[in-house]
Amino acid sequence: MAKGRIIIDLNRCKGCNLCTYYCPVHILKLDETTTNDRGYTPLMVTEPEKCIACAFCATMCPDSVITVERFVKEANNE
Amino acid sequence: MNSKVIYEKSKGLSDFHLSYCPGCTHGIIHKLVAETLVDLDLLERTVGISSVGCSALNYDFFSCDMQQAAHGRAPAVATGIKRVRPDNIVFTYQGDGDLASIGIAEAIHAAHRGENITIVFVNNAIYGMTGGQMAPTTLLGQKTTTSQDGRDAASQGLPLRVSEMMAQIPGATYIERVSVHDPKHVNKAKKALKKAFDIQNKKLGFSMIEFISTCPVNWGINPKDSVDWAVDNMIPYYPLGVYKDKTVGEK
Repeated sequence: MAKGRIIIDLNRCKGCNLCTYYCPVHILKLDETTTNDRGYTPLMVTEPEKCIACAFCATMCPDSVITVERFVKEANNE
Repeated sequence: MNSKVIYEKSKGLSDFHLSYCPGCTHGIIHKLVAETLVDLDLLERTVGISSVGCSALNYDFFSCDMQQAAHGRAPAVATGIKRVRPDNIVFTYQGDGDLASIGIAEAIHAAHRGENITIVFVNNAIYGMTGGQMAPTTLLGQKTTTSQDGRDAASQGLPLRVSEMMAQIPGATYIERVSVHDPKHVNKAKKALKKAFDIQNKKLGFSMIEFISTCPVNWGINPKDSVDWAVDNMIPYYPLGVYKDKTVGEK
């Protein structure tokens, strides 16, 4: 069960691999099948359900490519 | 299920694509400066001074006011702006070619006068923009295009430790060296920047934060390995830490 998700701004990505290096659950890799508007190989998520929303990828991204969302449970009053 | 955004592109950065090479940690440092200014609510009254070097185009990247300075003269321009508009927050963003070599006199004298400005100094041990020549901060034995057998102390001298030198200056208030090689150190670096801008906001004097950065293209290694190279080679010679903090014990 994913604890969060990341949103990738593909055209800002320069394919530097720093996020894939720091991802503790190893779910990021470069999508070798495509290139973005600027000719770089952009980032993709291989197993989104394993994301722990630690934001390490976004912290280390030099180009502010990644937005991280953490899922929060509905407030319940029990 | 609801979701909450916990990390997004800082409002302190514009929508321009950064001009840096892939994997260059300049981008992380830009992000930290922008996030810090937003967090401290200083962005609206900040003036940044961009230098010459890879960071020469950063007037496009920050969403605060920016001014371009001649090579090495960013602290002098910052001094002028700060003296005319003392309520504005003024920072310079300089690389090691700009600050440690051609602009060392400006930096030293700005610190010596105790100007109430913040210098963001990026040390990547090489001249990045001009094609990887030897900088004053190039490590012993490091190969560059102008030291092809590695830097040699006998002919080229020893690498310059800027933070240690600036810490000797009586006028300087806060000097710290940080690194951005992993998420933990990025957070530490952000705290250092916050402290520096806070000192300036409280009009306590000169602050400088030195960042250990990488230059994958000119070091000739990929971004992942260059981060490790910085940890293995740069940090032993340029130890991290607070070199001067005049605010301690003066409450």
